[in-house]
Amino acid sequence: MPAVSEGRVLNFTIRARSDELCRMRDAVRTCVEASGCSETPTADIVLVIDEACQNIIRHAYKGDPNGEIELQIDREGDHLVFALLDRAPLIDTEKVKGRDLDDVRPGGLGTHFIRELMDQADFLPRPGGAGNLLRMTKRIE
Amino acid sequence: MQHTLKEEQGALVIALEGEVDLEHSPKAREVLLASIDRGKDVFVDMSGVTYIDSSGVASLVEGFQRAKTQGSTFALVAVNPAALRVLELARLDRVFVIHATLAEGLDGGT
Repeated sequence: MPAVSEGRVLNFTIRARSDELCRMRDAVRTCVEASGCSETPTADIVLVIDEACQNIIRHAYKGDPNGEIELQIDREGDHLVFALLDRAPLIDTEKVKGRDLDDVRPGGLGTHFIRELMDQADFLPRPGGAGNLLRMTKRIE
Repeated sequence: MQHTLKEEQGALVIALEGEVDLEHSPKAREVLLASIDRGKDVFVDMSGVTYIDSSGVASLVEGFQRAKTQGSTFALVAVNPAALRVLELARLDRVFVIHATLAEGLDGGT
């Protein structure tokens, strides 16, 4: 069996703007596929990262297009570890909750997708400076 | 994202194509709501939707709710598997009327 490389497999930064999300999705898709994920898990991960970036754009930076969003992906054994970093004011993690899906209304799905599709997702302060860190893990399948 | 609009058997058929994401969902919302406000039944052909996120889904939910208020039909047809996966994750495949084909939707009414 070929040796599997460990460590950083992607470091990618975009501006906190909706027209940047396509570039982020393309980078994530390419990286995750190359790491061995099959079609559906890859699409799920692309969706989650997109939704998480949207939350940063709308709720952390509050629409400020000058903000930056950095994504780091590391491979640790048979898992991928995602770190999504911003330099926005600290968010209130108590308010980061998915909505009740029986309450059919526009909006509020992004956090549900994140929690549903990733093995783990933790909203944390950014280490060593101002900002936020969303750390997520997903088993490669 | 691109869209086309045509009239068939008295209903409006909106075909969405490409990625219905945060950048493009405002346009999708505008097209959907304007069509519903014309008072006709609306079918959204999603065979060409290669990606949809929560903002795109929100546009569909708004359309669904607007049509419901007006008592008109709002249905999705030929939903691409990638988009259907997202609707299923949101459990909206149980809420929206979804037809396998446009012909089935036009024949079946609601």
